[in-house]
Amino acid sequence: MPYVVERKPLTLLERVYIPQILAGLRVTLKHLFAPNVTMEYPEQRPPIPAGYRGVPTLVKDPNGREKCVSCQLCEFVCPPKAIRITPGEVPADQPDRAHVEKAPQAFDIDMLRCIYCGLCQEVCPEEAIFLQNQFSMTGYTRAEMVNDKARLYELGGTLPDQHFKWDKKKDAAEHGNAH
Amino acid sequence: MTAIVEFWNNLHPLLQGVIKGLAVIGVMFPIGGACSLVERKVSAAIQGRPGPNRAMPFWFAWVPVIGPFLQRLGVFHLMADGAKMFFKEDSLPGHVNKFYFLLAPVVAMIPALTTVTVVPFGAYFDEAGRMIPLVLANLDVGILAVFAIGSLGVYSLILAGWASNSKYPFLGGIRASAQLISYELSMTLAVVPVFLMINVPGGSGTLSLTDVVGFQSGTWQGLTMASLHGTWFIMTMPLAAIIFLVALFAETNRLPFDMAEGEADLVGGFHTEYGAMKWGLFFVAEYSHMLIGSGVFTLLFLGGWNPLPFVPLASVVGWLAHLSPLFQHPLAVGLLSIGIFLAKVLFFMFLFMWVRWTVPRFRYDQVMKLGWQKLLPLAIGNLIFYAVLIALLQPKL
Ligand code: SF4
Ligand code: SF4
Repeated sequence: MPYVVERKPLTLLERVYIPQILAGLRVTLKHLFAPNVTMEYPEQRPPIPAGYRGVPTLVKDPNGREKCVSCQLCEFVCPPKAIRITPGEVPADQPDRAHVEKAPQAFDIDMLRCIYCGLCQEVCPEEAIFLQNQFSMTGYTRAEMVNDKARLYELGGTLPDQHFKWDKKKDAAEHGNAH
Repeated sequence: MTAIVEFWNNLHPLLQGVIKGLAVIGVMFPIGGACSLVERKVSAAIQGRPGPNRAMPFWFAWVPVIGPFLQRLGVFHLMADGAKMFFKEDSLPGHVNKFYFLLAPVVAMIPALTTVTVVPFGAYFDEAGRMIPLVLANLDVGILAVFAIGSLGVYSLILAGWASNSKYPFLGGIRASAQLISYELSMTLAVVPVFLMINVPGGSGTLSLTDVVGFQSGTWQGLTMASLHGTWFIMTMPLAAIIFLVALFAETNRLPFDMAEGEADLVGGFHTEYGAMKWGLFFVAEYSHMLIGSGVFTLLFLGGWNPLPFVPLASVVGWLAHLSPLFQHPLAVGLLSIGIFLAKVLFFMFLFMWVRWTVPRFRYDQVMKLGWQKLLPLAIGNLIFYAVLIALLQPKL
């Protein structure tokens, strides 16, 4: 049974308009004195819900090492081609990064292109790239809107992670562990 | 004080006129500008947002308390708006008829600033106790002049729409002209009963707005005909007042009748192609139009500068004179009457903004229908009713 809304013909009072308009004026007058509901943005910030997909950032592991191994999967999957990675080796003179396979030499995300789809986060095998709760990106030039590697790490910070992959690799290498 | 008055009276009449005219322009423009700010603030308040509150000149920022307060109030946005209008690039579309395109905003200002001259905005009393209106030109054809010059405003809309050589402005101009003409009729017919009332048969006829106010300044005389002089016309002729008010909304192109610029169907309407100060002039003209319309409504139906029905300005001045004879000085009385008049006009300006956020815009056919099929017959009926009534009452007045 479809629900039928009956259209009643307007009563005389309603057709005269004036009482209806006065009633409307009363409603708007009440709003005139009601408190404002606007959030005044730069001073007040909205609460960001968990799992919000803001600006993509690079994160470090709990030991402060970069997790990205410059596999370029994110570069490949990024629909608008916002990511540019120059792969590179980890320098040999950094003992705490031993057994980390590779690291990006340069890592740029063009925020004028990024559509915040989150595919880079999905595809990353190392859980190195995360879309975090930073939502306000501004700049005066196009160049300013490209996040380079340093900036990406600064935005990303360190996220807790339970894998300790590079520690395990190191252990395995040192104690002759078969996979 | 008297020296100034002497000096003023000895000035050449032409010079006096120029000074008075400049003074009125000097008052109209700032009020128009202030109204645009108030409009933004009232709109914001009704919509539950704070409205403009960011602009502040850097040198004002360090003034304690007052600085932030004025900033929240948004007063500096007026300066910002003005500066923007004067200094932004004033582009002239290549496809327009340049002469008429530039003429239109100027033509818009002319009726706005001309009608002011015949609208009395206050009064004082001379030694004999006669009411002397404060008005640039106390014409005997007052209301006719207002209507005649006021309706010239439609030319600027048509001119703007046509000279823009573009479809939306053209349609906007056409709509505006049709609407203005339709409502002009009901508006004029609605005020005829008022003038029937104030013109006694046999006496010299008048259409002066001052005389309308004069008629409305009387005191309570018991249940007699003389008490009629203490009432305001909105009490004795409510229907005429409503018709006049509705027509006024239509004439000034304010919501719910802003057919000329309905964004939803006409982009910006007749001023789509205009920018910067040319666009600003249209708006100052619209606000001036509203100011004058409210002023005329106040004079006709709300007792002009009389504070309350049955409490005319003269009685108030009489009471104040008991406190101090200084209040009887023409200057004090004049300022008091201007204040009362301005308060009423500003209430109407607020009403315009208030209605704007209450009633949604009409469809064009509804506007035409309301004008021709509802308001016009009502106005004619109203006129006939009062004509008969006044014919019966007049001998006893
Ligand atoms: S969020 Fe989407 S668009 Fe943005 S960098 Fe990642 S994959 Fe590219
Ligand atoms: S961020 Fe992840 S997916 Fe992108 S290159 Fe680095 S490891 Fe690969």
